[in-house]
Amino acid sequence: MLTLAIDTATPTLVVGVADGDRVLTEAAVPSGTRHAELLTPTVTAVLAEAGVALRDVGRFVVGLGPGPYTGLRVGIVTAAALGDVVGAPVHGVCSLDAVGTGPRVVLTDARRKEVYWAAYDGDRLTGPDVGRPEDLDLPDLPVVGDDRFAERLGRPVTAAEVTTAGLLRAVPGGDPAPLTPLYLRRPDAVPNITRKPVSR
Amino acid sequence: MAEDPTGQALVLGFETSCDETGIGLVRGRTLLSDALATSMAEHERFGGVVPEIASRAHLEAMVPTVHRALADAGVTAGDVDAVAVTSGPGLTGALLVGVAAAKAYALALGVPLYGVNHLAAHVAVDELEHGRLAEPSIAMLVSGGHSSILLVPDLSQDVQELGRTIDDAAGEAFDKVARVLDLPFPGGPPIDREALAGDPRAIAFPRGLTGPRDAAYDFSFSGLKTAVARWVEAQQRDGVPVRVPDVAASFQEAVVDVLTAKAVRACRDHGVDHLVIGGGVAANSRLRAVAQERCDAAGIVLRVPSRRLCTDNGAMVAALGSRLVEAGVTPSDPDLGADSSLPITVVSR
Ligand SMILES: [Zn+2]
Repeated sequence: MLTLAIDTATPTLVVGVADGDRVLTEAAVPSGTRHAELLTPTVTAVLAEAGVALRDVGRFVVGLGPGPYTGLRVGIVTAAALGDVVGAPVHGVCSLDAVGTGPRVVLTDARRKEVYWAAYDGDRLTGPDVGRPEDLDLPDLPVVGDDRFAERLGRPVTAAEVTTAGLLRAVPGGDPAPLTPLYLRRPDAVPNITRKPVSR
Repeated sequence: MAEDPTGQALVLGFETSCDETGIGLVRGRTLLSDALATSMAEHERFGGVVPEIASRAHLEAMVPTVHRALADAGVTAGDVDAVAVTSGPGLTGALLVGVAAAKAYALALGVPLYGVNHLAAHVAVDELEHGRLAEPSIAMLVSGGHSSILLVPDLSQDVQELGRTIDDAAGEAFDKVARVLDLPFPGGPPIDREALAGDPRAIAFPRGLTGPRDAAYDFSFSGLKTAVARWVEAQQRDGVPVRVPDVAASFQEAVVDVLTAKAVRACRDHGVDHLVIGGGVAANSRLRAVAQERCDAAGIVLRVPSRRLCTDNGAMVAALGSRLVEAGVTPSDPDLGADSSLPITVVSR
């Protein structure tokens, strides 16, 4: 069965097509905050390169984050819409699960001087969670992910990104669950509890 | 794909520039459906729209709202001939949910995509109820996010801005005054209601930017809002109970007086005898009444969409998309994004 995988949880946009667990084509586009602009053109390009028609895709996989919210939603709503038209299931996965393999700590940029992280030893042991690198009490495992945080973490970080193979491995068994992003933070909002006069 | 006997395109419109997830279907100038999900209730306690809450709600509502629009119209996704989406102006995070969804639907359906201007869509929606717009028309758009007067020689490609607010939008002034008067958010409907029992001449609130040397078509509502707050505070300081209906009616009269005077003047100055008013504030009953009076007196044909279509919705986007298809405008590039401050002169991109 053909799978189209999408992840927009990090500044690198990932789109891949796989036949079973064999990845046919994959694109990793350093798109920063331009996921919305570049995602559908990348899907078109990846499908063309794999020689696959969108209607032949039997399953979609999408990263639910954690990641910067605006980009994350672009990937999720795109996968949901494609799956809706094609009539194929859309499986959401934790994006951190798709970075690296084996026993490890995965760490990505959460902005605001914080990181998203999770720890794995076979299964996910801890996380996903968000925090300042200096404050994390990480298990004694190799750290992979965004290597710009090595200094603040005080430990080496091996650069690694989300991959299509990783996204496929991360798909949980069973029917797809609702595509709820892993936000991990509550919306920024200052409630207007006390009503103050508006004159200046 | 089912061929429509009239040969008119079926356009699916996406609107997510603020707190409403609007999905509409239009064939030619016929409104087929207008499905709406709103997160307004979640914003009420904050006294304004919280962008992140709106964006989260758009994502949740997107696919179910598309399904509702298709079902209400009695069509299937495969019948859709073109997709249109608001690509600006608006809240970036909110816009991007709609843009990404629209791009994916267009890609999967194999149909052209039109990224359109939200403000031009507020004008286009009137065509669904009142037929083809006279061109040129003057358009006045008044809502919580915008207040502007436009000259519209050709809605599909030539829209010019004559004036805009230099501070608050008209709807914003309603929200802020409602807060001063302890009325709920959004402030437009409760002020409209209170004003019915009030005297619009009870308090002489200032009319901003109406002096002889002021910009003829620009608005300013910040001073008015402050004047209302000061007046209410002064009453409270003196221990006088505030007559909310009178304050609401007098404030509303000041807004409506300025809006309608400037819109009529724009028509007269440009020799245009058609005025269309759109945006959420166009649902205000006093604005509709005074605009009608003044247009009648000036020999101007006034067009205002029904209240339901004045506020943000997906049908307005589909309506503009339909106009673009009809005019043979080039669809958007595949790398379409959102532009939170898209200028009104850019009808589609
Ligand atoms: Zn609007």
